[in-house]
Amino acid sequence: MDSTVTTGTETSVWGGGNQPLGASYGKLMMWFFLVSDALTFSGFLAAYGFSRFKFIETWPIADEVFTHVPFFHGNYPMIYVAFMTFILIMSSVTMVLAVDAGHKMKQNAVIWYMFATIIGGAIFVGSQAWEWGTFIKGDHGALETKGGRILQFVKADSGERASLSDFAVTIPGERVIHERKNGLWFFDEPTLTSFSLEEVVEGFKANPNILIRTEVITEEGEKTLLDRQASLKKLADATQVVEGANLIHNEYGSRLFADFFFFITGFHGFHVFSGVVINIIIFFNVILGTYERRGHYEMVEKIGLYWHFVDLVWVFVFTFFYLV
Amino acid sequence: MAHGHKLEIFRGLVKFKSNTQKIWGVLAFLTLITAVEVVLGIMKPEALTDTHVLGMKLLNWIFIILTLVKAYYIAWDFMHLRDEKSALRRAIVWTPIFLVLYLVFILLVEADYIYNVYRDSFISWNF
Repeated sequence: MDSTVTTGTETSVWGGGNQPLGASYGKLMMWFFLVSDALTFSGFLAAYGFSRFKFIETWPIADEVFTHVPFFHGNYPMIYVAFMTFILIMSSVTMVLAVDAGHKMKQNAVIWYMFATIIGGAIFVGSQAWEWGTFIKGDHGALETKGGRILQFVKADSGERASLSDFAVTIPGERVIHERKNGLWFFDEPTLTSFSLEEVVEGFKANPNILIRTEVITEEGEKTLLDRQASLKKLADATQVVEGANLIHNEYGSRLFADFFFFITGFHGFHVFSGVVINIIIFFNVILGTYERRGHYEMVEKIGLYWHFVDLVWVFVFTFFYLV
Repeated sequence: MAHGHKLEIFRGLVKFKSNTQKIWGVLAFLTLITAVEVVLGIMKPEALTDTHVLGMKLLNWIFIILTLVKAYYIAWDFMHLRDEKSALRRAIVWTPIFLVLYLVFILLVEADYIYNVYRDSFISWNF
């Protein structure tokens, strides 16, 4: 490589071709990409922390938001997210095993481990889609006040959350969604909620067993429950019914919570998705014997780094979104 | 790969015979930590939620520390940082840690200030 070197090793440093960090170019660049990506995610999570500390007294409690498990009814906080975490860690393990098999040049082992990794990633992305769907669809429904605060309902005798359908009355009316085809100048309007504000308010007045829960968190770390008198007074502030969550309205509480949920888990889900796609490409390369001919499986190691990084980020998202 | 794997974790307390074995060992450890986190998250023991350290619940500190422990083992054993040269390791690890600590410090202090302004100002958000 270096034609001018005549004496000791010190001078040969200037000739190029050496690796002071002991890592190849590709691997080093993957690491640098991961560092910058880590900073992006940290920016998101720090912004989440900023908004949360800003509204520390009224922020939604994650345990009360994510309570569903597919195919099961009932209240199971955290269980499904824990399962998702385990799936991702497990697929990380099969990825390391693939890298390890690659070092030993065992083509078949690499194929099977990468296959398992792809399946794990697919399960995770699917779970996240389900989680989004459940979040968007909503749980019990709530009212929103003029100031954008959320009022939720609780059954006074059992202390359980009350859904709008538990107490809202049906008032005969002719309100239907106005569609573009029915009006000359009219374009569209948002989907109507299953109950109108009036129906919820009348239902609330008729049912003494229902109380209102506000966003404010008490000393004990729970949401404030108003008594019947205060509830009726608070009810007058309500301006609309909210069911489910989107970027503007959110029945779980602070709307920023939903915004960050969509943004952070969405960005992470996009990483997992692209990781699965790259994994599939490498998977086929392994089957075709590309790396066997190349003489090393470093490519598997590089995508492995990316895949573990996705797992690493999820560990932090899990903590700051669901646990803390 | 020219260099071999370092096969011990917990500062040499646990040694493994092969790299594969170490991977399963680390998986068991990470699963255990996740299980502890979930159990604590569901139970929320009062002794931990009532105690505050540096303005935050002790339980939340435990979660954050356990998360960092998990992150350490993912980076060190799954991403093979344990086997890399220390110069590479330091460049990768300390750069984000420094920048993130700085950013988090600035943002959280500022957020707390805004929270106080909202709470103590003449207009209250009670409508």
